[in-house]
Amino acid sequence: MSLIETIQNKYNEFSAVAGNGLLGNMRAKAFEHYNKLGIPTSKNEEWKYTRITPLTNKNFELHTTAVLPSKEVLNDIRLQAECAAELFFINGVFVKEISSFDKDALVVLSLNEAAESEYKNYVQQHLNQSSKYMKDGLHALNAAFVANGLFVLVKKNKALQKPVFIYHLTDTNNDNVFVQPRTLFVVEENAQVQLIELYKNNGLQESFTNEVIEIVVQQNARFEYYKVQDENENCHHVGTTHVQQVGKCFTHCVTITLNGGTVRNNINMILEAPNNEGHLYGLYIINGKTHVDNHSIVDNIEPNCFSNEFYKGIMDGNSTGVFNGKIFVRQDAQKTNAYQSNKNILMSDTASVNAKPQLEIFADDVKCSHGCTVGQLDEDALFYLRARGLDEKQAKAFLLHAFAADILEQVKPEALHTYLEKKIDERLNVDAL
Amino acid sequence: MLEIKNLHAQIEDKKILNGIDLQINAGEVHAIMGPNGSGKSTLASVLAGRKDYEVTEGSVEFDGVDLLEMAPEERAREGLFLAFQYPIEIPGVSTTNFLKTAVNEVRKHRGLESLDAVSFLKLMKERMKLVKIDQSLTSRSLNEGFSGGEKKRNEIFQMAMLEPKLAILDETDSGLDIDALRIVADGVNTLKRKDNAVLLITHYQRLLDYIIPDFVHVLYKGRIVKSGGKELALELEEKGYDFIKQEVAEEV
Ligand SMILES: Nc1ncnc2c1ncn2[C@@H]1O[C@H](COP(=O)(O)OP(=O)(O)OP(=O)(O)O)[C@@H](O)[C@H]1O
Ligand SMILES: [Mg+2]
Repeated sequence: MSLIETIQNKYNEFSAVAGNGLLGNMRAKAFEHYNKLGIPTSKNEEWKYTRITPLTNKNFELHTTAVLPSKEVLNDIRLQAECAAELFFINGVFVKEISSFDKDALVVLSLNEAAESEYKNYVQQHLNQSSKYMKDGLHALNAAFVANGLFVLVKKNKALQKPVFIYHLTDTNNDNVFVQPRTLFVVEENAQVQLIELYKNNGLQESFTNEVIEIVVQQNARFEYYKVQDENENCHHVGTTHVQQVGKCFTHCVTITLNGGTVRNNINMILEAPNNEGHLYGLYIINGKTHVDNHSIVDNIEPNCFSNEFYKGIMDGNSTGVFNGKIFVRQDAQKTNAYQSNKNILMSDTASVNAKPQLEIFADDVKCSHGCTVGQLDEDALFYLRARGLDEKQAKAFLLHAFAADILEQVKPEALHTYLEKKIDERLNVDAL
Repeated sequence: MLEIKNLHAQIEDKKILNGIDLQINAGEVHAIMGPNGSGKSTLASVLAGRKDYEVTEGSVEFDGVDLLEMAPEERAREGLFLAFQYPIEIPGVSTTNFLKTAVNEVRKHRGLESLDAVSFLKLMKERMKLVKIDQSLTSRSLNEGFSGGEKKRNEIFQMAMLEPKLAILDETDSGLDIDALRIVADGVNTLKRKDNAVLLITHYQRLLDYIIPDFVHVLYKGRIVKSGGKELALELEEKGYDFIKQEVAEEV
């Protein structure tokens, strides 16, 4: 049975169990929307270079309850670092029993619970705000199955010293799985937090993740976000990270893709209060047949906002990259400063990248810049290093490290930085060359 | 140690080296002088293995083996070192950083054990002192934002670390202040042994006051048109290249 058929079969059954209320309404509307639009094809301009339909025609199971993995498996995916929370999604379902968190600073509930709790307002106001920007059927499909998602709130004035981890585990030992994690993450006034999302796979079958995480950042808060993808080639991923900066605040988001099948990362940074500041970084180091599409939207709505976006890619083998960066500067957003840059290195003749910056500016007093480069490693630099005794492979590794370092240094949590540095080391020395 | 015979090289269709003969033995210091554009750096690049240049004729033997067949890193490991006329900048890679790999590759090639972090740092410190280069420089991105003189000194520092058999210094003296010139020259002299050799490419007699050459050659239009002892450099300093150009013209 194709995934498309499975979705139709599962929806009613699932919705009946999940109940009505706030989320029920949302599911119904979203499902209707999904049915109208279907899965985006390459005819959709936003999906021109990333083909999803071959996946949705395949057989994927849609699990709505989680089978808990063994302790060993869980331990294996953990970073073993000090943290403020470890939250687990197993096959797209948030599992509270195995999650732990600092209760003094955090509220952690399932979305179902949150919709009935004192935090109901947050759910009402912010859940699915991303649909204003993401109008395709796949995004709606996530909302159509919303229930067992995650709600996290970082309490007012709490500055967390250790990161919050969200682990996503896809278990593909028994079948191909389609999973849809959903998170609403609220950072209240004056709070500070580092959020790390890590994706891991266990099993040899295929997985297809369709994730949405929405983040609300309030006045004077500071939010850092790290999305790290290092699954195998059988793991496909479409994810939307929607960051809404509702008060004057600071955000810093880094997306790192080291492997995967077909990967699409949407990230939206909505600067809806004056004087907002946001940074977006990305690094993709891919080979084989991996496809990585980074789609970003920076929306400047109010005056005096600053945004900086910097993505880098190293592509080898037959891998393909896409960078699509949209910057909107709305009419009231005078004195906007918005910068964007994308740099790519192609290591083989068969790797390719499509880079497309898009600026839509409706205010007159703004500073915007964008630039894309695609090239090979610098021959003179290679020769210099070889003339000192490094072989070609070592020389390339040094130059690639240096290239990646700009982004890697934006990874602030020490444990994650060390982990990534090691991973990238391995990749650049052994695989990519 | 190095034997160049009838070496011709070109880039695209432009002939640059037109039959160079040069023999350098262990323990010797040679200087090559010559007008701008005569092919000095090209010769150095061909010897180091830059692949932009095509060798169309001739041969080069380095300790009895065909140098031209070797990859650049093999030449370096065999003990050839080129201090570049224009050392490039490599953002994100520090000297300390890549030099550890380089030194250990060279050692491996020579059948020596590789240095651990501690012994490497010790060697670094010692050689840094020799060329009076500061650690802040070697731990910065290679040559990025270095002054002209700092770049040159960093080249000599790397030479000191790699202990080559044959060091080719392409205008290392250009851009050095008087003190730095002396430091670099002292460094070269300290590292000079009976079993290694130096090829200096320079425009100025000044350097040759400190590093006394055994032979001076004049390269002109891609050929060595005159060779002599250290007094040839003095003569050139005094008279310029006109008399040599004239001699060449008369020969034709
Ligand atoms: N990549 C290149 N493409 C075209 N011409 C080149 C290239 N490299 C060198 N040449 C030419 O070859 C000739 C010799 O250059 P080379 O750099 O060897 O001279 P040089 O003797 O080192 O000069 P200088 O004293 O100015 O350093 C010059 O005419 C130069 O323009
Ligand atoms: Mg030159």
